[in-house]
Amino acid sequence: MRNMKMHFAAIQRCLLVQQCMGTSSVNVFTSVRKLASATSTCLKVCIVGAGPAGFYTAQHLLKSRTDVQVDLYERLPVPFGLVRFGVAPDHPEVKNVINTFTQTAQHDRCSFYGNVNVGKDVSVQELQQAYHAVVLSYGAEGNRKMGVTGEDLAGVYSAKDFVGWYNGLPCNKQLQPDLSCETVVILGQGNVALDVARVLLSPLDILKTDITQSALQALEASKVRRVLVVGRRGPLQVACTIKFLREMLNLPDTRTEMLASDFEGISDTLKDLPRPRKRLTELMLKAVKEAKEETDARKRWGFRFLRSPVEVLAGPDGARAAAIRLAVNKLEGSGDAARAVTTGQVEDVECGMIISSIGYKSLPIDSSVPFDLKRAILPNNLGRVQDTSGLYCSGWVKRGPTGVIATTMNDSFDTARTLLQDMESGVLDLSVSKAGSGAISALLGSRGVRVVSFPEWEKINTEEVRRGEVNGKPREKLLDVKEMLSVAWS
Amino acid sequence: MSLSTTARRLFNVSVSHCSLTLSRYTTTAKSSSKAISLTCPSKLYIPRREISYSNVAGPLRSENKVTVNFVNRDGEKITVKGSPGDTLLDVVIDQNLDFDGFGACEGTLACSTCHLIFEEEVYKKLGPVTDEEMDMLDLAYGLTDTSRLGCQICLSKSLDGMTARVPESVADIRQSGDGSA
Repeated sequence: MRNMKMHFAAIQRCLLVQQCMGTSSVNVFTSVRKLASATSTCLKVCIVGAGPAGFYTAQHLLKSRTDVQVDLYERLPVPFGLVRFGVAPDHPEVKNVINTFTQTAQHDRCSFYGNVNVGKDVSVQELQQAYHAVVLSYGAEGNRKMGVTGEDLAGVYSAKDFVGWYNGLPCNKQLQPDLSCETVVILGQGNVALDVARVLLSPLDILKTDITQSALQALEASKVRRVLVVGRRGPLQVACTIKFLREMLNLPDTRTEMLASDFEGISDTLKDLPRPRKRLTELMLKAVKEAKEETDARKRWGFRFLRSPVEVLAGPDGARAAAIRLAVNKLEGSGDAARAVTTGQVEDVECGMIISSIGYKSLPIDSSVPFDLKRAILPNNLGRVQDTSGLYCSGWVKRGPTGVIATTMNDSFDTARTLLQDMESGVLDLSVSKAGSGAISALLGSRGVRVVSFPEWEKINTEEVRRGEVNGKPREKLLDVKEMLSVAWS
Repeated sequence: MSLSTTARRLFNVSVSHCSLTLSRYTTTAKSSSKAISLTCPSKLYIPRREISYSNVAGPLRSENKVTVNFVNRDGEKITVKGSPGDTLLDVVIDQNLDFDGFGACEGTLACSTCHLIFEEEVYKKLGPVTDEEMDMLDLAYGLTDTSRLGCQICLSKSLDGMTARVPESVADIRQSGDGSA
């Protein structure tokens, strides 16, 4: 029954395709065959940004309609966004999603165009003229600033740049952080903060996957022995997920150093918490209880709660960070809505490196696209960008930089569903034919921009795997866009 | 050392077997030395491929197969058969069941997309849950008291005729991290 239903739907779509193509329906079954091989599509959608949001949006569109062509535009020559440049090297299993993304990119009705900077090489308006719909899923390339004095001193980094450095993001190649200090303070208590803490404290063999060789060497020489992960609110508001906390507690040769006083009264609140928060809090309480002073672990880490950065203090040379001044907070209200208010007290923590991990931030792409500067997202209704027609969004630029991959997956499927609805209800005018990638390629060509196709990315991929073998790693990423391009076009 | 850590360390010994069972899905990024691939937690010490071999060695008898019913997101019931020792994720992949986004991390306990909901009586028969599975379940949409991850449930004769429901995806209301996966 189910198969029949699917079959019927396929034939229906097929007929629709033929209408679009203007071909006559001689034999439905011949055309089914034709459909499987030919590019008989009339609806053209383009997606800006080939990260998880872009790929999951594409996947759902391609699956739901057999008459849609999806083109993915990406600024870098390489696809997969934060799966390649964000996910930590010791989480290779998360990168399995690349297999599905690759299948999507290799789909008959999907094309990847790397090395295209939308907003600069081609405008969003130009894309809208060439496509029936444009989906913006370009993520969050900026980061929130602490906004304190001394933020620009040497030794202060954003987590985004630090993560980009160890994961081989071309623009962070030069970061080369100084790891000669003993104590590092990380501001923010989300999963990215714990990624950074883990990378700083992990044994190297755990990291030796696709981390860059230069980061591996720097970490090998690292003197960092203590990492404090600071949050402005309390244990009940900590932003990380339990998997990341458990990994910190299980780090070899590392002692967990929490302050028991931070957890007074917390156990009384447990019974009213939803399950995820409850388990996370219980695990922290267990860690506090089991923390042993007399351990021979060489490294330490711990959360510090109710502290906000006030100022980064320079050392004697006036150029390098040597300490951070933290305001001591108290909570007003409770639960997720609790607010941190300063008590007026401050304390200084000596440290040689400060990493601010207080969140990624989306940036406007093009003056023609509305942007909510306060929330740093595209203002949207279920993925439809407000006050526009034919413009959609998915992923972080739609809802803000939070959540795990499954969150982005569901969110992207939702946007795809909205778009499909608009196709079916007639909100999108599908009667006009659109030139799609043909028109954009011509524009890019006239502007001297050469794209990287998916097969060309696969050449980069092969080269990276080959270089990895030399170092006993699954991959050694190319760190330079020029080098990527020369391999792609070789 | 917690039980799960012990289990993981013991399991590392048979990592090569484990990656054998996974290689079907996996083509990239699979050289983690820690490989938390507790593919078949109830049978940690028995590499799964060997179980399959012993099954294959004899003639394939259909009475050895286990019947599984899935209820998809549209409420439609789909009945398929799987081999003992296979995980429910294996069954979904082998039978090409079309559950959108199911099994994104390919059974490596790194996501919660193979979340399934069971009837109380079936749930009790599914065996123990590891902390790591619970951790991922905490992030699942529509979590219930009888939720499990399909990649962690191994088929056995005693589960014959079971029903597993694929939860609807709903708006994300849970607390979560700041983005890292």
